[in-house]
Amino acid sequence: MDDTTLYWQALNRALDSEMAADDSVIMLGEDVGLYGGTYRVTEGLMAKYGEWRVRDTPISENSFVGLGVGAALAGLRPIVEIMTVNFALLAMDAIVNMAAKIPFMSGGQFAMPLTIRMPGGVARQLGAQHSQRLEVLFMNVPGLRMVVPSTVQDAWWQLRQAIRSNDPVIVLEHERLYFSKGPLDETADPPPPHQAVVRCTGADVTLIAWSRMTEVALAAARSLRDDHVAAEVIDLRSLLPIDWTTCQASLDKTHRCLIVDETSRFGGAGAEIAATLQERCFFSLDAPIARVAGLDIPVPFNGALEESCIPGERDVIDAVHRLIGRP
Amino acid sequence: MSRDLLRRFVHDMLLARAFEERAAQEYTNGRIRGFLHLYPGEEAAAVGVVQAAEPSDYVVSTYREHVHALVRGIPARYIMAELFGKKDGVSHGMGGSMHLFDRERRFMGGYAIVGETFPIALGIGYAIACRNLPEAVICFFGDGAANQGTFHESLNMAALWRIPVLFVCENNHYQIGTEIHRHSAVTDIHKRACAYAIPAEKVDGMDVLTVYEAARRALDTIRNEGGPHLLELETYRFRGHSMADPGAYRPPAEVQAYLRDDPLAAVIRRAETVDPTPGKHKPPLTDAHPPSPFRGRAWEALGDADIEALRTEVMAVVDDAVRFAEASPDPTLDDAWRDFHRNHAQETLI
Ligand SMILES: Cc1ncc(C[n+]2csc(CCOP(=O)(O)OP(=O)(O)O)c2C)c(N)n1
Ligand SMILES: [Mg+2]
Repeated sequence: MDDTTLYWQALNRALDSEMAADDSVIMLGEDVGLYGGTYRVTEGLMAKYGEWRVRDTPISENSFVGLGVGAALAGLRPIVEIMTVNFALLAMDAIVNMAAKIPFMSGGQFAMPLTIRMPGGVARQLGAQHSQRLEVLFMNVPGLRMVVPSTVQDAWWQLRQAIRSNDPVIVLEHERLYFSKGPLDETADPPPPHQAVVRCTGADVTLIAWSRMTEVALAAARSLRDDHVAAEVIDLRSLLPIDWTTCQASLDKTHRCLIVDETSRFGGAGAEIAATLQERCFFSLDAPIARVAGLDIPVPFNGALEESCIPGERDVIDAVHRLIGRP
Repeated sequence: MSRDLLRRFVHDMLLARAFEERAAQEYTNGRIRGFLHLYPGEEAAAVGVVQAAEPSDYVVSTYREHVHALVRGIPARYIMAELFGKKDGVSHGMGGSMHLFDRERRFMGGYAIVGETFPIALGIGYAIACRNLPEAVICFFGDGAANQGTFHESLNMAALWRIPVLFVCENNHYQIGTEIHRHSAVTDIHKRACAYAIPAEKVDGMDVLTVYEAARRALDTIRNEGGPHLLELETYRFRGHSMADPGAYRPPAEVQAYLRDDPLAAVIRRAETVDPTPGKHKPPLTDAHPPSPFRGRAWEALGDADIEALRTEVMAVVDDAVRFAEASPDPTLDDAWRDFHRNHAQETLI
């Protein structure tokens, strides 16, 4: 086991290993072949598996995701890469009306072994159209599943699990995580794909995060330790479904909860988490569940403004202090 | 016409090149961040088409739009400041390189989701047609964008309702790393227009006079007869897709060949000779060219000194733009909220 693997490399190895293991796994997307993927995730795979299994597509998102749906109906296990989540908006018909509905509408006759990979999140000054966090659009679509790996190990595990799943699974990657480093053990057994994990234990407050915000929550937890506050950090790993049991166990212990959410606050992913945990844990809570979240504004291009639109370590620390009633 | 126009072309092309090269430098210096899609190699397209338009026409562009904006008359200062994300940028530092907007100059925006320019232009054209105005919309798009559903949907509606849009394909043969033969079954983009009975033509996009004339003819037809038109401009980008792309997928021989066909060098050569007949140094790409308005005219060439003076002038403009951008303040979060709420600032919402 080494700890110098990059997130994109873990994804690349996951794709390679699944394609090697199963001929029915194919891949398509813009520049996934010859170019090797915008974030290098599909590097080397076309040379290895050929054009029929690694297909460069035109810019026709709705139709090539729809192609993935059709191919899945006919027995392939397609992995469609959408260059970024922002372009998934052009494929919503294929994702929402087709992929999420066909298994059910057919009375369960058809499986939908389709994986849709794409990065989301605020990167670095890509402008309002390229800085979106659209988790909630998919969370509100029964029939889909969505994993949000935050570590190199999870990138490896959860992508492979998504490919093996018979449901349509969205693997929501993050533009700022592709070049993050971490340990990768390719032989270890994975937890179930939608199970949350406690990344750091503590008794005073629970921080709930996913994807890149896990990093922010963990950094805040380290700083809070200096203030003698023991924060427990839960990495959800999945937003559809959400592992409430792990969250509830933590809240029963800490009695306080802060959700660290990169999506815009109003109607954001954190809203669902807060509502459900409030229902489940009301009597063990010492304070209302709090959120730090993205501002309800399109992301400005200016770098400093962009940063102030999403939660940072400082925002989390301040919110925790407010939550536990310390200055 | 004639000498002044040619001088204009040379000026615009020099400014375009100098602005973009400087933007690349500022990106390398870390003063411009994010995506930066540059235009060297394609200048004849923006200059020829935008100069052929009237100030009352509208321009809709993509994320590779700095030069369209410059030629449209937006001062280099305000564009550079936007690239820097500053408050004095055309979009107040909220938009960035890919989202230049200037309402006053009818520069209707740079759009970063491929295929968006079609319906936007269609809608603006609809508003024009609805009011029966003698205006038109210029809609820029790339070869890659022609495979987006909105291309076909919008062309159909534009033809059906005779909407005054000039669709301009800047065919630079690449959709990021995917060469046109690997993304399109029919690589002559203009041929697709016949499916919607839209008149279309392909011209040499490396020759600014050719582009200008073709755009003039197309806009005349749109104004006189109504309905859309499509122009395909064969061109090439000298750099990678964006500053993040080294462009390693292109054969060096191909790049070299196009570099020899540099539209900037070509217009300067043309300006220095007395006969500016378009297409003279090259066989025309289409067989039916109407007579050129330049043909047979007495011509006074621009001399070396004129060209040098223009070079000096554009360098000064670009230097000034960078100084201005540097000096401009960062917008604040209050500025952002103000822009966000501007349209209903006077309204009570709840
Ligand atoms: C809907 C959508 N899909 C993908 C992208 C990513 N993307 C940005 S530019 C581009 C290539 C566009 O090529 P083309 O239309 O030929 O324009 P060019 O960049 O060559 O000027 C792609 C795929 C995008 N911005 N929007
Ligand atoms: Mg192109």
